[in-house]
Amino acid sequence: MNIFSKMSLILLMFSITSCTENVLSGSEFNTNSTEVNNVNSSNYFIEVVGPSVFFGADDSLLSKEAKDTLMAQVNWLLINKQTTAVIEGHTDEQGTREYNLALGARRAAASRDFLVANGVEDSRLRILTFGKERPAEICSAELCYSKNRRSSTILDR
Amino acid sequence: MNNTNFYFLKFLFSIYLGSLFVIISGGEVASKTLKIEVTNGVIEPLLIAIPKFINSGNLNALAENFSAVVADDLEGTGLFRSIPLETKISKPMSFDSPIQFSDWKSINAQALILGSVEVSGVNQISVKFRLFDVFSQAPIKGGLKFSGPEKGWRRIAHKVADEVYFRITNERKYFDSRIAFVAEEGPKNNRQKRLVVMDYDGAGQTFLTKKGGSIVLAPRFSPDGTKLLFTSYKSGFPRIYLLDIASRKTVSLHKELGTMSFSPRFSPDGRDVVYSLFKGSNADIYRLNIASNYASRLTSSTAIDTAPSFSPDGKMIVFESDRSGSQQLYLIDSSGGDAKRISLGKGRYGSPVWSPKGDLIAFTKQNNGRFHIGIMRADGSQERLLTASFLDDGATWAPNGRVVMFTRTTPGSGGSSTLYSVDIKGRNLKPVRANSSDPTWSTLLN
Repeated sequence: MNIFSKMSLILLMFSITSCTENVLSGSEFNTNSTEVNNVNSSNYFIEVVGPSVFFGADDSLLSKEAKDTLMAQVNWLLINKQTTAVIEGHTDEQGTREYNLALGARRAAASRDFLVANGVEDSRLRILTFGKERPAEICSAELCYSKNRRSSTILDR
Repeated sequence: MNNTNFYFLKFLFSIYLGSLFVIISGGEVASKTLKIEVTNGVIEPLLIAIPKFINSGNLNALAENFSAVVADDLEGTGLFRSIPLETKISKPMSFDSPIQFSDWKSINAQALILGSVEVSGVNQISVKFRLFDVFSQAPIKGGLKFSGPEKGWRRIAHKVADEVYFRITNERKYFDSRIAFVAEEGPKNNRQKRLVVMDYDGAGQTFLTKKGGSIVLAPRFSPDGTKLLFTSYKSGFPRIYLLDIASRKTVSLHKELGTMSFSPRFSPDGRDVVYSLFKGSNADIYRLNIASNYASRLTSSTAIDTAPSFSPDGKMIVFESDRSGSQQLYLIDSSGGDAKRISLGKGRYGSPVWSPKGDLIAFTKQNNGRFHIGIMRADGSQERLLTASFLDDGATWAPNGRVVMFTRTTPGSGGSSTLYSVDIKGRNLKPVRANSSDPTWSTLLN
């Protein structure tokens, strides 16, 4: 690991403290995900950095927490310069189908715009909206809705 | 009145899903109108007797089904009730035999349909009917004759029912029409969706996309009923497509890389498509000419502009935008220009669709955690909510502008979507098809 990678990792750990504490203190990822300790792996991106950020109802503004996660994504993407990604935008089931398609797109665009503003090349990112077609959780309560209002950065293989 | 003076309607068939060509000849006969009574806001259905159509024996089963389809069409409006026929009634033995009106009066029938079905050629049938006002013992306009292939008998039955409906209510016809929609299967987080077309009453369902195919959303009929616009994830991204129903040939319309398109609808002449295009960080309304594939942008706000729908004269477009901070309905000239907000009540308004008569706009309204299908005049006045539930959305108009169909979705992990219809007075709410969404109602078939 070169100096630059180490510094990036330190920065990254710093920017996602709450997340890394939880994940790295547990032993489950060391046993189940062999590559999670390799900071350049896609597993690391999925398990440690986190692909998803969450939004308020009928909103596409990035919260502090969302920005922290996206900043960690920036750091990973700046190291792994060959990796391209699709950013999926999703909504909860409240709302009309056609509006939710646009709202999901706006959430994906908000995440993409943040990544691009922080140095990730626009050409490496595409956005995609699913509207309310692919919820992560399927109860009809805020508990699920808050997990469905999301954008997820999916790395291309 | 000469009872044998029929109008003649000849059907020259092209293909099963194609249009029918109709020639009308014969004179108009003076009519007498039965009234459907409305008392204290409640409709008293008109009692109508529909005895089995007289037939030459080998069409006995078809004749029975024929009468049943006519009865279902009329009863489905909520304006008619078909009377069960008692054995003591002297059933007409021939189409031209004198009618024993006293028999029909005794079972309180207000109207009577007398019809016949006969073979008129190889796999061809002809159907005749007469409509009577039982109390005045007089025909309501002249007799009619329809001819067509035997396998198209349901369409002829719908045409008979349409004619009866028109003669008694003076409303435009709508039974001989089709619905396209999305059939749904599987859990909410992995729902499989396929395009389907069926008769308006649910008969003759045909799947247009494959099982296990890409997500498809919101089909919209072309004005001539031969094509559908819809949104598909075939490319991995939502894009609008044009599908020819007979050949299944499907083409992508707006192929610009890095964009997403959805919410397409035809212009009234069928030549153009309006839709929402997400490009950069925002969704705007675009209009594309199908022949030239030339697209022009109609709105340029930084808000979400989507769900455009033409007025039937093609001059205006209603769409939804959250430019004010929440979803509301706006009108623009169909070539673009300034938008004028028309929704002024409480809550959010979306999914507008202009009625075929041009007088009304149906929409989805969200207020206090409930969803409604509503209608308003095209200037936004006289708003009326027709339904209320956990989630109602996506209204489409019957060809006569008197009924809307929409999607009702139930909550929870086992929730599902069902097509419902309701009339514009908010009456006669009823399910049409389970595990289905995004209906689009065709115009009246030819």
